[in-house]
Amino acid sequence: MTAPSPVSSALPGGLGVLRAAFGRPSGAIAGGWLVLIVLGAIFAPLLTPYAYDAQVLKEAFQPPSLAHPLGTDEFGRDLLTRMLYGARTSLSVSSVSILISVAAGMTLGAAAGYFGGFFDRAVTAVADLTWSFPEILIALILVAIIGPGVSGTMAAIAVAYLAQFARLTRAQIMTLKAETYVEAARSLGAGHAHILFRHLIPNALAPVLVSAMLATGDAIILEATLGFFGLGAQPPTPSWGSMMSSGSALLFKAPWIIVFPGLAVATTVIAINLFGDALIAALDIRDKLGSKP
Amino acid sequence: MLAYAIRRILMLVPVFLAVSVVIFLILHFIPGDPIDNLLKVGAPPEQRAEMMARYGLDRPLPVQYAIWLGKLLTGDLGTAIVARRPVADLIGQALPHSLLLGGLALAFSTVVGVTLGVVAALNKDRFLDRAIMGGVLFGSTLPSFWLGLLLILVFAVGLGWFPVSGARTWSSLVLPVLTIGLGGTALVARITRVSMVDIAAKDFVLLLHAKGLSPMRIQIRHVLRHALIPVVTILALRIGWILGGAVTVEVVFARPGLGTLLIKALSQHDYPVVQASLLMLAMAVMLGTLLGDLLQAAMDPRVRGALS
Repeated sequence: MTAPSPVSSALPGGLGVLRAAFGRPSGAIAGGWLVLIVLGAIFAPLLTPYAYDAQVLKEAFQPPSLAHPLGTDEFGRDLLTRMLYGARTSLSVSSVSILISVAAGMTLGAAAGYFGGFFDRAVTAVADLTWSFPEILIALILVAIIGPGVSGTMAAIAVAYLAQFARLTRAQIMTLKAETYVEAARSLGAGHAHILFRHLIPNALAPVLVSAMLATGDAIILEATLGFFGLGAQPPTPSWGSMMSSGSALLFKAPWIIVFPGLAVATTVIAINLFGDALIAALDIRDKLGSKP
Repeated sequence: MLAYAIRRILMLVPVFLAVSVVIFLILHFIPGDPIDNLLKVGAPPEQRAEMMARYGLDRPLPVQYAIWLGKLLTGDLGTAIVARRPVADLIGQALPHSLLLGGLALAFSTVVGVTLGVVAALNKDRFLDRAIMGGVLFGSTLPSFWLGLLLILVFAVGLGWFPVSGARTWSSLVLPVLTIGLGGTALVARITRVSMVDIAAKDFVLLLHAKGLSPMRIQIRHVLRHALIPVVTILALRIGWILGGAVTVEVVFARPGLGTLLIKALSQHDYPVVQASLLMLAMAVMLGTLLGDLLQAAMDPRVRGALS
């Protein structure tokens, strides 16, 4: 079915927006840092001569030096190497879990906002309820059920942020479905699926994607916190959280083990926030994003 | 206003029931059996069945829920399986520690956050504004357990000003309050600033300027008063949030609060304690939300009509 529809693309030239975001000084620095971290994670094996799990016990607890720029841990493993490989875990776990969360949240929110009725009330009630709880509580309980490890962490993060995306999408769809072009499409005989996927969801996408990006920053912290409780990636797989977990026991003996992963988390999350702000400014969607206590 | 308050409070009843069902059910999906932790390895099955019966774990789930809820409403939270003490006692001991820590952290982030937000708004788009908002953003992105550990390293171990952990002295509160408070400061400062800037652009402020009032007087007496409405709402919402979010910080500083109780009970599969501490945290969140809505309705009459 081809309705002659004024499909207004919600992402007016994806590249143009990215260029506008990189055009701001803070956006350029933040974006540059993120690109650097991602490249470091991808090319980790080429960037470091060490293996992330190679134990050299006689080189344990070395402070930062030329051979080991960030020092070594209790097993003599090079910390820079573990940070690069840890970025793989931390970044992929947080972004994959947010992607799952966005996909599920958007589906629920869009269906609720479009169809209304009992389904809408049920989704809204559950979303409001979980939204008002701190993510760490939701995640801790879910990991307790699913079990520790990467998949448990991903499921926990995905569920913890589900409500946010469902609420945001629903609110978008509610305003969009009253637009005249939707009415026009419907009067031309367009079906529900066509209206939802061709008209409503594309137009609701921009704010959801930006809030997904910001949530990825929060997810990195959440992943680190679960890792700190020993519930995230299990040894010897490095993640920023699990590195800090083992570092916390050695806080007084070798503080560098915990300092650098924490700085990596903080700088990455700041960069995500600044770049997200630049995107919000470039897309001009500030008023569409609700904030949470 | 009274009608609004009554409606809003009545809305809590179904929410409370839903939360209690979820908390009750969720724990029965957690793998690991508390009874296994109590029995010696190789204990006879009769002993196991006897234990199951003693704690009511052999009944059908809806019956277990009804019994649990009935006791709950009379203040009986059951007996801790591992600690073998009334759960109400454990909660009663932990709650004051959490409330004190959360209250002080909330006070800290309010005072510091509002001050920073006002200073930033008065210097909008100038260096001081950028420096404050940048610093505040940085503070909010530090993982709280990491910040707590670094504060311990510098101020407790390095300088020796405060105890490393525990809750025996008042000075042991300083570092945990700072750790939680700094995270909340960012949000309060940001909302105060945005809201001040918003209000300052309104027509009535222009009129005040035209009347010749001094800019400082306008900002403090008129703009700030209006700008604080969203700040107060967010603060009320944060009451429950701070208790829930303090879980990590309590563990880092080994404080005997609800968070430490919850984490320990989770690892020991001590159902009654997990259920009760989750319920307490959930109720704190719900009461915070209620308080936020009521305060907002009291300050802004437009809200009251919206809930009918």
